[in-house]
Amino acid sequence: MATITPVLTAYWDEPDAFTYAGYTRHNGYQASRKALTTMQPDDVIQTVKDSGLRGRGGAGFPTGMKWGFIPQGDNKPHYFVVNADESEPGTCKDIPLMMANPHVLVEGIIIGSYAIRSNHAFIYIRGEVPHVLRRVQAAVAEAYANGELGKNIHGSGYDLELTVHAGAGAYICGEETALLDSLEGYRGQPRLRPPFPAVAGLYACPTVVNNVESVASVPSIIANGIEWFGKFGTEKSKGFTLYSLSGHVKNPGQIEAPLGITLRELLDLAGGMREGSTLKFWTPGGSSTPILTAAHLDVPLDYESIAEAGSMLGTKALQIFDQTTSVVRCVLRWTEFYKHESCGKCTPCREGTWWLQQIMERIEQGKGTEEDIEKLLDLCDNILGRSFCALGDGATSPITSAIEYFRDEFIAGTHTPAWELFPYEASALFAGANA
Amino acid sequence: MALTDKTRAEMREIMARYPQARSALLPMLHLVQSEEGYVTPEGIEMCADELGITAAEVTGVVTFYTMYKRRAMGKHHVGVCTNSLCAIMGGDAIFAQLKDHLGVGNDQTTADGQITLEHIECQAACDFAPVLTIDWEFFDNQTPGSAIDLMNDLIANREVKSTRGPVITSWRDNERLFAGFADGKVNEGPAAGEASLLGLKLAKERGDSIPANPGADA
Ligand SMILES: Cc1cc2nc3c(=O)[nH]c(=O)nc-3n(C[C@H](O)[C@H](O)[C@H](O)COP(=O)(O)O)c2cc1C
Ligand code: SF4
Ligand code: FES
Repeated sequence: MATITPVLTAYWDEPDAFTYAGYTRHNGYQASRKALTTMQPDDVIQTVKDSGLRGRGGAGFPTGMKWGFIPQGDNKPHYFVVNADESEPGTCKDIPLMMANPHVLVEGIIIGSYAIRSNHAFIYIRGEVPHVLRRVQAAVAEAYANGELGKNIHGSGYDLELTVHAGAGAYICGEETALLDSLEGYRGQPRLRPPFPAVAGLYACPTVVNNVESVASVPSIIANGIEWFGKFGTEKSKGFTLYSLSGHVKNPGQIEAPLGITLRELLDLAGGMREGSTLKFWTPGGSSTPILTAAHLDVPLDYESIAEAGSMLGTKALQIFDQTTSVVRCVLRWTEFYKHESCGKCTPCREGTWWLQQIMERIEQGKGTEEDIEKLLDLCDNILGRSFCALGDGATSPITSAIEYFRDEFIAGTHTPAWELFPYEASALFAGANA
Repeated sequence: MALTDKTRAEMREIMARYPQARSALLPMLHLVQSEEGYVTPEGIEMCADELGITAAEVTGVVTFYTMYKRRAMGKHHVGVCTNSLCAIMGGDAIFAQLKDHLGVGNDQTTADGQITLEHIECQAACDFAPVLTIDWEFFDNQTPGSAIDLMNDLIANREVKSTRGPVITSWRDNERLFAGFADGKVNEGPAAGEASLLGLKLAKERGDSIPANPGADA
């Protein structure tokens, strides 16, 4: 039987979980004290490397290795930047984490900044989440007031400033180099790499950019050790993580479980599909990860296995759609999103997403042509790998994967509107929704 | 509404948070919106003046981000998530019915100036779908009926409380928060919504032993 491992989520049900009192009642800030007073920065990096922790922001890059890329003795300021932009459609884990337990993030930032010898860290939070901003701002203020942040933290001789920064609504600012431009006060457009942020990031200084959940996972590793962390997960995808179930499941929500659990097991835990419904398709990690079907229910949800199945683990945003759902409608809406959020810097993405949307709209309306499917695939072929950043690649994933598994529905779009094939009311949670 | 010396002083306070002042531009623009109701030419001038850059450079930033508005906003901003998951779960229907009920189109304001309606992208709340926001605060698990009730309450100035957040005041008040000025409402609302607790509740019911962690009582 699959186990659930509430580590990050362990105390979210306590009313004051987000306060300093609530966090320290359960030994909060012991790990950062331990790191700052008993470990050398390089030992911290080595521990995180040895733990096998991989980035939870989508790409799964080893966190300790990223920290190890920061040059030392270069006499430049170093910066530690947390990516709290969470805007990938379907992704909904960092926002509840920061709302319920912002202090575990702050503690992870203290440890990470110490490791890379940074004296100024930033949390870049997407703008549209005021209550999360309140919780994080308050946590940072409390951490200063209790000497966890600021000058000479707990007599360690180490100083750290932490600035909370709110964005202003732009998905692309989750891409790490666009985030840095945005944090510098510019339009958020991706930068050419190399140089990588580890060499020339914020203000052209060495910079680490990490996802909220990656950083929040560090205190437990420092406190409990790498053997403990390695007890969870698989050989190459170690540890536990937040899986976010949404859509046509009986009980949507967050389940923290070891990497390598399957969707079948998670669905079981979530009470199965909603009444009378069967699984049609799902995303393993947000809208940018190719969709999968009921044939993939037993694929372990780890980085390697999902890649082998032709998709990506991404953010572990499991959006579940049942037999009532028009895949064409769903994909069109994502396509509109990518077109809207394209930063416009490169032609394949800027122009390509525009054309993809035109064609997808025709198909939804039942006015597609015989050539449209090939045209879509051809456009995707010209965007994928030819765009400046991964937003362009992500825009093609839903389309190519949907055609792979549901070509018939695209063909039906040459004669019948999607809303006739799949009355939209049937997909909604309430009656009277045939808008 | 006019920008005052106090606004200018607060802009400098924001600039002081960063190693390089220009980093303050996004929060400074949020401050302008909270004072002016949108990003006015005067606000752009003041940002440019404080940062020593041109008004055109500031405008280039303003037009990039969807939260910055170039026209006067209603007292409240109402956003309906119509990204795929929410749309399919009923968000499209909610948006259609609100347009109808309020008599406005996307990105338009009601005649009484109370509500500006907009369809918005994924709010990282998909497990609470369909979702809408008022002044960007979460309103989870909505139906057309519940959404219309909320609009009527807003129009009648009755108290409206976010499902995972505070009592609603105004869009401009929250713009001040985005500029980085705390408003004392941090303790309102729960630590976590029901859906966020799904795994934790199951673990307790099933007796899954919660692994030791920095929060675990030693
Ligand atoms: C269009 C786009 C949007 C992204 N959005 C986010 C985001 O909201 N949060 C995030 O952590 N990573 C996001 N990423 C990934 C980041 O670029 C980066 O890989 C990540 O922050 C690294 O953190 P990690 O190593 O801890 O996973 C996005 C990438 C792209 C291309
Ligand atoms: S791929 Fe799209 S989002 Fe990325 S740089 Fe090019 S235009 Fe901008
Ligand atoms: S799709 Fe609506 S909150 Fe994610």
